[in-house]
Amino acid sequence: MHSFGYRLNGLLTFSVTILAIMCAITSLSDNLNTPSPSAEIQVMNINWFQKQPQGNDEVSLTMNISADLQTLFTWNTKQLFIFVAAEYKTPKNSLNQVSLWDAIIPSKEHAKFWIHTSNKYRFVDQGNNLRGKEFNLTLHWHVMPKTGKMFADKIVLTGYSFPEEYR
Amino acid sequence: MGLIGDTVDSIKSIQTRQLLSQAVSLGMIVTSALIIWKALMCVTGSESPVVVVLSGSMEPGFKRGDILFLHMSNAPIRAGEIVVFNVDGREIPIVHRVIKVHERQDTGEVDVLTKGDNNNGDDRLLYAQGQQWLHRHHIMGRAVGFLPYVGWVTIIMTEKPIIKYILIGALGLLVITSKD
Repeated sequence: MHSFGYRLNGLLTFSVTILAIMCAITSLSDNLNTPSPSAEIQVMNINWFQKQPQGNDEVSLTMNISADLQTLFTWNTKQLFIFVAAEYKTPKNSLNQVSLWDAIIPSKEHAKFWIHTSNKYRFVDQGNNLRGKEFNLTLHWHVMPKTGKMFADKIVLTGYSFPEEYR
Repeated sequence: MGLIGDTVDSIKSIQTRQLLSQAVSLGMIVTSALIIWKALMCVTGSESPVVVVLSGSMEPGFKRGDILFLHMSNAPIRAGEIVVFNVDGREIPIVHRVIKVHERQDTGEVDVLTKGDNNNGDDRLLYAQGQQWLHRHHIMGRAVGFLPYVGWVTIIMTEKPIIKYILIGALGLLVITSKD
């Protein structure tokens, strides 16, 4: 009952159990945080708006994105993955979400930022429905913890629209 | 003569009983592990409720050796979710983020495009020949939580199978030689 093997086994089981409980409590502590993020996106310019040879509309735009996401960080946050997606409806599709730009925020200091950028990923529709269409720009964030449960939420900004004609 | 015969018989019967009870307890341990695994599959609704991150395509968020807890619900797939999917013809599932979603008005079916956070391009190169989008049936679950480093045990055992055999051999030896 007191041999080396039994003692080692007992020690390992105990330490793994304690580590698991610590990870669970760490993850639960994230629920105590009440975040209050804010964001603003301006579409500075529609660079071009064309119909591709295959028949799908494609648009390239430049945006000013500013946000303050500092309140989302807790001691258990490893990084924040944020992205801006355009959301719109077409006759064939009830929902289209196209990610235009994303970034990783590694720490609280970097969470308050302003960036002037064109879309990182191509904005291509399934079809040619974009002329004159209204769309929302949503800023999503995914909190990736050091351990435990991942959270995600978003801010929806409305009132954007495509030009009536190709250019 | 009769006394010796009796003693030998009693010794043999003790050893057989001990052997049998050890075999039964080993069987119980293995089956309870299986029951826990299958129960997890039911609770999370996913074929593999826990996966190990094998590549660096989601760094710095998920590193090689982390484990991810998956959950599959009927909720619609939306951009930004980290999903685990199987490509037809590849057996290893891939864990990447959804960057484009097109959901059909009439059928509710969805076209999904994914990309690893650390990759420059989207996953179209990884999909099957001619496939441009993923559909719901390709997706095995969403990542909802994670534990760092714990998956290295699985990676080591897969990449150096000799360690797996040594471990099983040692465990087997321990079970046989223990007095309990």
